[in-house]
Amino acid sequence: MMASSYNAKEDDGHPSVATGHGGAGTVKNKKPDNTAFKQQRLPAWQPILTAGTVLPAFFVIGLIFIPIGIGLFVTSNNIKEFEIDYTGVDISSPCFNCSQNYIWNSTTPCTCTLPFKLEQPFESNVFMYYGLSNFYQNHRRYVKSRDDSQLNGDQTSLKNPSKECEPYRTSDNRPIAPCGAIANSLFNDTLELFYIDPNGSKNAIPLVKKGIAWWTDKNVKFRNPGGNDNLTVVFKDTSKPVNWRKPVYELDPLDSGNNGFINEDFIVWMRTAALPTFRKLYRIIQKKTNNMTPTLPRGDYILEVTYNYPVRSFEGRKRMILSTISWMGGKNPFLGIAYITVGSVCFFLGIVLLIIHHKYGNRNNSADIPN
Amino acid sequence: MDLSVLRNLISRYCAGEEFWVDSRTVYIGHKEPPPGAEAYILQRYPDNRIVSSKYTLWNFIPKNLFEQFRRIANFYFLLIFLVQLIIDTPTSPITSGLPLFFVITVTAIKQGYEDWLRHKADCSINECPVNVVQQGAVVRTQSHKIRVGDVVMVREDETFPCDLILLSSSRDDGTCYVTTTSLDGESSHKTYYAVPDTISYITEREMDSLHATVECEQPQPDLYKFVGRINIYKEGEDPIARPLGAENLLLRGATLKNTEHIYAVAIYSGMDTKMALNYQSKSQKRSAVEKSMNVFLVAYLCLLISKAVINTVLKYTWQWSTNQDEPWYNHRTEIDRERHVVIRAFTDFLAFMVLFNYIIPVSMYVTVEMQKFLGSYFIAWDRDLYDEELGEGAQVNTSDLNEELGQVEYVFTDKTGTLTENRMEFIECCVDGHIYIPHAICNGQILSAASSIDMIDSSPGGYRRDHEDLFFRALCLCHTVQVKEEETVDGIKMGLHQGRPTSFYISSSPDEVALVEGMKRLGYTYLRLKDRYMEILNKDDEIERFELLHVLNFDSVRRRMSVIVKSSSGDYLLFCKGADSSVLPRVVSGKVEQVRARVEQNAVEGLRTLCVAYKKLSPEQYQDACHQLSHAKLALQEREQCLAQAYDIMERDLILLGATAVEDRLQEKAADTIESLHQAGMKVWVLTGDKMETAAATCYASKLFRRSTQILELTKKRTEEQSLHEVLFDLSRTVLKEHSLSGCSVDCQDYGLIIDGATLSAVLKPSLAGSGSANYRDIFLEICRNCSAVLCCRMAPLQKAQIVKLIKSSKERPITLAIGDGANDVSMILEAHVGIGIMGKEGRQAARNSDYAIPKFKHLKKILLVHGHFYYIRIAELVQYFFYKNVCFIFPQFLYQFFCGFSQQPLYDTAYLTLYNISFTSLPILLYSLIEKHVSIETLKRDPSLYRDVSKNSLLRWPVFLYWTCLGLFDACIFFFGAYFLFDNTTFTSNGQLMTTNTQMMFGNWTFGTLIFTVLVFTVTLKLALDTHHWTWINHFVIWGSLLFYVIFSLLWGGIIWPFLNYQRMYYVFMQMLSSGPAWLSIVLLIVVSLMPDVVKKVLCRTVWPTATERAQSNGPCVTVESSSIFVLSQSDSGLSF
Repeated sequence: MMASSYNAKEDDGHPSVATGHGGAGTVKNKKPDNTAFKQQRLPAWQPILTAGTVLPAFFVIGLIFIPIGIGLFVTSNNIKEFEIDYTGVDISSPCFNCSQNYIWNSTTPCTCTLPFKLEQPFESNVFMYYGLSNFYQNHRRYVKSRDDSQLNGDQTSLKNPSKECEPYRTSDNRPIAPCGAIANSLFNDTLELFYIDPNGSKNAIPLVKKGIAWWTDKNVKFRNPGGNDNLTVVFKDTSKPVNWRKPVYELDPLDSGNNGFINEDFIVWMRTAALPTFRKLYRIIQKKTNNMTPTLPRGDYILEVTYNYPVRSFEGRKRMILSTISWMGGKNPFLGIAYITVGSVCFFLGIVLLIIHHKYGNRNNSADIPN
Repeated sequence: MDLSVLRNLISRYCAGEEFWVDSRTVYIGHKEPPPGAEAYILQRYPDNRIVSSKYTLWNFIPKNLFEQFRRIANFYFLLIFLVQLIIDTPTSPITSGLPLFFVITVTAIKQGYEDWLRHKADCSINECPVNVVQQGAVVRTQSHKIRVGDVVMVREDETFPCDLILLSSSRDDGTCYVTTTSLDGESSHKTYYAVPDTISYITEREMDSLHATVECEQPQPDLYKFVGRINIYKEGEDPIARPLGAENLLLRGATLKNTEHIYAVAIYSGMDTKMALNYQSKSQKRSAVEKSMNVFLVAYLCLLISKAVINTVLKYTWQWSTNQDEPWYNHRTEIDRERHVVIRAFTDFLAFMVLFNYIIPVSMYVTVEMQKFLGSYFIAWDRDLYDEELGEGAQVNTSDLNEELGQVEYVFTDKTGTLTENRMEFIECCVDGHIYIPHAICNGQILSAASSIDMIDSSPGGYRRDHEDLFFRALCLCHTVQVKEEETVDGIKMGLHQGRPTSFYISSSPDEVALVEGMKRLGYTYLRLKDRYMEILNKDDEIERFELLHVLNFDSVRRRMSVIVKSSSGDYLLFCKGADSSVLPRVVSGKVEQVRARVEQNAVEGLRTLCVAYKKLSPEQYQDACHQLSHAKLALQEREQCLAQAYDIMERDLILLGATAVEDRLQEKAADTIESLHQAGMKVWVLTGDKMETAAATCYASKLFRRSTQILELTKKRTEEQSLHEVLFDLSRTVLKEHSLSGCSVDCQDYGLIIDGATLSAVLKPSLAGSGSANYRDIFLEICRNCSAVLCCRMAPLQKAQIVKLIKSSKERPITLAIGDGANDVSMILEAHVGIGIMGKEGRQAARNSDYAIPKFKHLKKILLVHGHFYYIRIAELVQYFFYKNVCFIFPQFLYQFFCGFSQQPLYDTAYLTLYNISFTSLPILLYSLIEKHVSIETLKRDPSLYRDVSKNSLLRWPVFLYWTCLGLFDACIFFFGAYFLFDNTTFTSNGQLMTTNTQMMFGNWTFGTLIFTVLVFTVTLKLALDTHHWTWINHFVIWGSLLFYVIFSLLWGGIIWPFLNYQRMYYVFMQMLSSGPAWLSIVLLIVVSLMPDVVKKVLCRTVWPTATERAQSNGPCVTVESSSIFVLSQSDSGLSF
């Protein structure tokens, strides 16, 4: 990659001149040591970036990057993705009513149903996401509004949450568990998928809600306050977050391993997104045990939404996404395109440098000969 | 009340010094003068405690903190820290507090330690025992208890505890010998005299009975000036007043030699002593690099402020609607909501400032300081700068100017001792036109006296014989040389009688030694000065004795010295020797023409010439002279003028005897060095006090002027013929015409200018006409700029500094370097940007006041061309790289604000913010700035023109700075938008796969930041790797080591739930990122894309517009391989093993 020349200098401490005077060493101890470091003569590799040396590097990068890019692009294109917006902005949208008459803490859930059609079958595991737009999960006030030690099961923090949680720290003079703005705004729509058989029957598709959070988050970072298996007792003196309909110990009453702070939907929500438009994993649709039929065959589907989460006040959007994944994750043509582009640019630059090298390299060499 | 008294009072009060008086009066032994004597104002004197320490135990912390925060950078970081403490800011105060605390603590510990050492040194000095005479007995006490007026007894080899006036010594003649090695580095013994009237008080008891007062001036720092008067009161007699001069004053720090003991009275004590007054630190010099660094800092500060302002404004436009400001999921606290909007905006502005403040890193200052401090060791360690003869290597007095050595445009050099060896050798003398040449000396052994006179013209005559005798005697008598005996026990007489060289001569002027030694070789040996009698062994082995009556000392204004002696026959004789220009006009008879011709001929050959003259005084004349001298010496005020006047009267109507010629050989490789400096594009000026012909000859010999050089003269001789005005315009026309005709500066005729002191002062003199003088000055500068070499002769020390200042302040503001070896060069050394002292024979004053001291002139070549060049490219890269890496670091944060609602959300975790500059990216650049060598030392030495590549601060100019900044901005955009498109999931998903558990996962904002940060750390480190041309094993270790450290740290930082943190946001973030394939792919991609433009730019520039340095880089290795292929073969294994 680089022009290299090994430039080794005398570093053995025996220059012929200095040792000539016999008495010099004994009388004049002020004389500096003749070490390679002190004399700045450490042996060194001296690479120089010249057209001749950089050329092959550019070609090599080009030759490596373009195949990788093509591979990534093809893989990404093979991933099937389906997205549906259920915000209900249009009057024609089934969810329009729900989005209009929105009241916090309403007892009667508003549901709406969206039919959609998959043109292609989805093979293997299918991942179901919800997506939000214009939702600033990365706002500073929002990001810091949490108490990690409370979420880790610390008893004192449970009773006395961190000041960072303000103004979602206490309600009715009782500490909120889990406190803070992030927890308070937990996404609480319920999404359900139904497959419409060609014969017209409506089959619910099984959605797996375990394994959607980081393993370390679920098992180490988030913990229910210890001491008692009965979460009702543990959270006795705390108050539920203001916007929640049910307290934290009722997030998943059926599964004690998914209840309280270690509820996976909750954990996923607590990992704040980097950008204002984001998607979060909601459920996994496991592939069928018999490999004969695809996980989601092509055909008609119905998405049933229990519409709880208001986004229209800040002009946000809500989406449901279905996607398969590959070894490189979800659909992401960007990487492939970028690799192909960079590879081509490198190749092109290589050619340009080759021309320049031929044109100027000779001229320089001939110019240097008189010297 | 008298008005004048009132006025006096007012002026005194206004001056703020109530008890200020011009002189102080000291009562010797604290005995009041008898009534009737003048009444003196009593003054309070400080005690003899020396305080060189800055702090005490109590004021250390406040005072040191105050000193440190006076530095603008520290103050800035303190402000940021305070802002972080007071308001709610995105990053915790630790991120800026910790580095600041670290820097402040390290500096404080260093300064505290240094001060503790000073305290210890002070203590040992202040408590060292001294002998004080009290009530007729010697009392042992501690040094700091000495009060002004105490009579102190000092024994041989003891150091004087304060400034003393010598009263009497154990020698009969009341003299004592002193060395001032620790004061000015001169090791020769100097003689000090007691006032004749106090010599007789030689015991403690007698001392106690002395009743006298000393009047002297208030303390002043000049070591060689002192004016005072002693009044001695005796019972029943009138008080006797005697003058006191520098020859009576024993300075603190000097050591008593060859004298058993002395009695002396303390007159200046403690911080009033001349030594303490001389400790005042020199003014701080700042390098050009530091100045441009500060300019860049200001530019970045503007960038920082504008960033913060832009973001604040955008924030408030964006959150105009409540939905954006406070959506339902993200409410403000009550307190926040109640704040006034202006206060909120201001707080937001400050918060943005804090968020972006890392763009000006604390660590840059620390790294620059460390680089300078550690880097300067390479000069002291360099064996090429070591002189075997002197036994000393180069010495670095300040490390602030290392890189300035690579920027020098003008070199001002002294001639004597700098270009020349200052080892004088007597060549010949000429008596009335007859020339005498002593035989060559063999290894210092003097040939026998009789055979050593070689007369060229032997036509003896009575008159001539007479003059010859006088001439040799004059040279034997008219000097201030001392004889130092090797073995005092045997007695000097014996040794000298046998003709064995058991004694040698010491003098502050090497010319005098050369003359006296030359006389010895011609048969007249100066034996010694005993009891005011000078003894000479003449050609016939007879001892002649002359009574030494007066010495009219040499000074640089008169440029001559004289002695008045009384011969054994009772004649009073005045012998005078001095520069031809100062002696010849005072001569009334003698063969002036022949001598003058010879002198001029010698001068052209580069020899130093002196003229010798004499004058016979009648007893009346002598009495008259005596009277005048003692009168002048008694004067308290303006004694110098009085003395000069008296000397002037005496040194008149002389009879010329002859002239001498002394050779001062060129230093080895002086010519080679000057040639290299010329090739490197520096202009070399020689500033000397010597006469024009001699100096010009030296200049030719040292190749400053070549045969082809056209010499322009601007001397007194010429201005006498024409007016200064005409000469100046004439010269400028010559120079400029040629310049415009040929157009290029390379091929045109080079000019050398010779100017002398008198003309220079005429040129620089501010004339009353106003515009005229400025005109002259400009024309002069214009002429100088077009001359490749300039010789200024007949310069006074102050004029040397004036010249340097003139060039320094000319409109291009060139970097100047002054090099010299003597005390007369100190002013110019202090004035120039870089001052270099040569550890010469004329004492160590120049070396002590310089920034760098080297043993020989030839070492200038390596220190400038090699060390200077290296230091410059190192520090230039250091500065540019620091700004670059912090732009890369902070600009993504700025971009992120557009995507997080301008909420000051930091992109990186606190640990990364804090450690980025401290540990992840600090060591590689520090190491680079210490050991980078872009071309080999040999190449730099061989090809001085490479120096032009770095001249005029070329690596720190605005275009280069803008290139680096743009590169930083580009890289930052690549980092941010690369990660953004990867994460932006309107079209793309950001899922990766955890390979071990096959679990689907989502990335949050901290992963986003960590991804960017990882790319950032790798990119900036690899960028430095690309810039490194010299890869030693240390470079490999540090560069790969710091990348490894980053990875290990991140794994550790995210691997544990840290119990002391109140957030766990980084938990497993780094590991999760590494387990995702796209993250790896994008890291590689982004690094390649960020580095590509720089590589392409480098390669293109190198191929299409290569600089000389780059050519040398590509050619250099080939040449070394050819010349030392055996070495390469044998060493390649060790090289490859890295």
